[in-house]
Amino acid sequence: MKYLHDFTLVNSERQTDDFVVLTLQGGAEPLPELQPGQFAEVRVDAPGAYLRRPLSIHDVDYDKQQIKLLVQEVGTGTRALTALALGSTINMLYPLGKGYSLPDSKRVLLVGGGCGVAPLLFLGRYLKKNGITPRFLIGTRTAAGLVRLDAYRELGEVMVTTEDGSAGTKGYVIHHPVMKTETPDFDWIYTCGPEAMMRILAKYANKHGLSCQVSLENHMACGIGACLCCITPTKDGHKCTCTDGPVFDSKYLQW
Amino acid sequence: MVDLKVKLGSLELQNPVMTASGTYGYGEEYEDFVDINRLGGIVVKGTTLHPRQGNDYPRMAETPMGMLNAVGLQNVGVDRFISEIYPRIKKYRTNILVNVSGSTVEEYVETAAKINALDHIPGIELNISCPNVKEGGMAFGTSCPSTIAVTAAVREVYNKHMMVKLSPNVTNIAEIALGVESAGADSVSLINTLLGMAIDVEQRRPVLSTITGGLSGAAVKPVALRMVWQVAQAVKIPVVGMGGISNAEDAIAFMLAGASAVQIGTANFIDPKVTEKVIAGIEDYLVRHNMTSVAELKGALQA
Repeated sequence: MKYLHDFTLVNSERQTDDFVVLTLQGGAEPLPELQPGQFAEVRVDAPGAYLRRPLSIHDVDYDKQQIKLLVQEVGTGTRALTALALGSTINMLYPLGKGYSLPDSKRVLLVGGGCGVAPLLFLGRYLKKNGITPRFLIGTRTAAGLVRLDAYRELGEVMVTTEDGSAGTKGYVIHHPVMKTETPDFDWIYTCGPEAMMRILAKYANKHGLSCQVSLENHMACGIGACLCCITPTKDGHKCTCTDGPVFDSKYLQW
Repeated sequence: MVDLKVKLGSLELQNPVMTASGTYGYGEEYEDFVDINRLGGIVVKGTTLHPRQGNDYPRMAETPMGMLNAVGLQNVGVDRFISEIYPRIKKYRTNILVNVSGSTVEEYVETAAKINALDHIPGIELNISCPNVKEGGMAFGTSCPSTIAVTAAVREVYNKHMMVKLSPNVTNIAEIALGVESAGADSVSLINTLLGMAIDVEQRRPVLSTITGGLSGAAVKPVALRMVWQVAQAVKIPVVGMGGISNAEDAIAFMLAGASAVQIGTANFIDPKVTEKVIAGIEDYLVRHNMTSVAELKGALQA
């Protein structure tokens, strides 16, 4: 079941030059159960932003009926969202899509690049609740792009790469020592981030016989499988990222 | 108590609000938000004789107050529509129209003939105006002789309500509408999307995989309204107006311009409940203006 609910913006915390965490308070009805990796289509009432914006669920507090979104300011719509005053109403169409599934091993690595770290916090929390300790590998351009590391560290080990070497290992996530061992010490990769990064991880997973779940960020309009704009080629032909994904087993994609 | 009922030839609509093909899937996608049975009708996804994969990604670009799409008629084909989808959606107590497209006259005819056999489908919308497929689609709808040929050929095999969806990418849309009327159409719907384009200047590349695509959304409304007005003046068959309708006021404007009913498309993406709001808004308007029937709106433009 999908819902169209009004939320109230109760907190807006700037993390970096272009990342803001929005805390949204639900209304009278309790939140439906959300899966990590699922997303919401957020209505933006701003000139130049006609369609809703698909944003992944960053964190959930069922008791307080709050959802957190990690918003990267990339254009008119996202900038309008981060400029909203506390108390503003935000309409969300949610929960959408298929999220990450539980692994058949306790040895997991969660790899996020850029804004792709957003769903991994909620995923980490979900894994922990299911008795699996998450390990994070987070890649950004510079140390200034690292977001909410403390929140991730509360759940498990956090490893970092930066392109300029200003924090952690210099390079891309694939250059981190954890990826360099002959036999990886993890069996599952969960990832979200730039497609180029996820394709490299998918290849790595194939080479080492690991499972790899990737979350795509295709441009979309409706978010509910009606417009067929956000397709990705799969073993079964074109599939909608919004309803068949956004999380796919990397082997299912035509990568 | 106002009367929202509309008659489009043999079709009886409980209200004038339908949903536009390609924006509403098969109706099921919206079940969590809207009681489909309360709509005047739904026009389901463009259906072709053979399954189509559609165009490559990217297929969408947001534009000021609108969007471009280049889906390219991705659909499961008429046989799977009949065996898999029709059994699921025939329960809806609303008018389900199938949007029919093809690459050749023969494909249109064969597809329409198969749909003619379905008891719970009271009509088709003949899509001679899709801008996103290489062969067929818009190629039929932009010239008068080919429009007449495909409409007349389908008319021979299809004996329920035949709505023909017109392309705005023509010099004189009223002329095409007259041609379609003479070839046996029961109604016309307009407008399909306007051919447009978007460029990513940083990458110096077109945004869409097909370079050009179809523009829809609020941005096209003034163009659509003008075309509906022109066509309504020219033909005797009912006109179904669409193009950027986002609220009741927009829908009423189309009816004042001469439309008997309307279709809502892109606005469903922004507000999945928009159809119900438009229906309620039309009712309010009629009460406010002391009108008893929605039929009074048709062509009531005081120009």
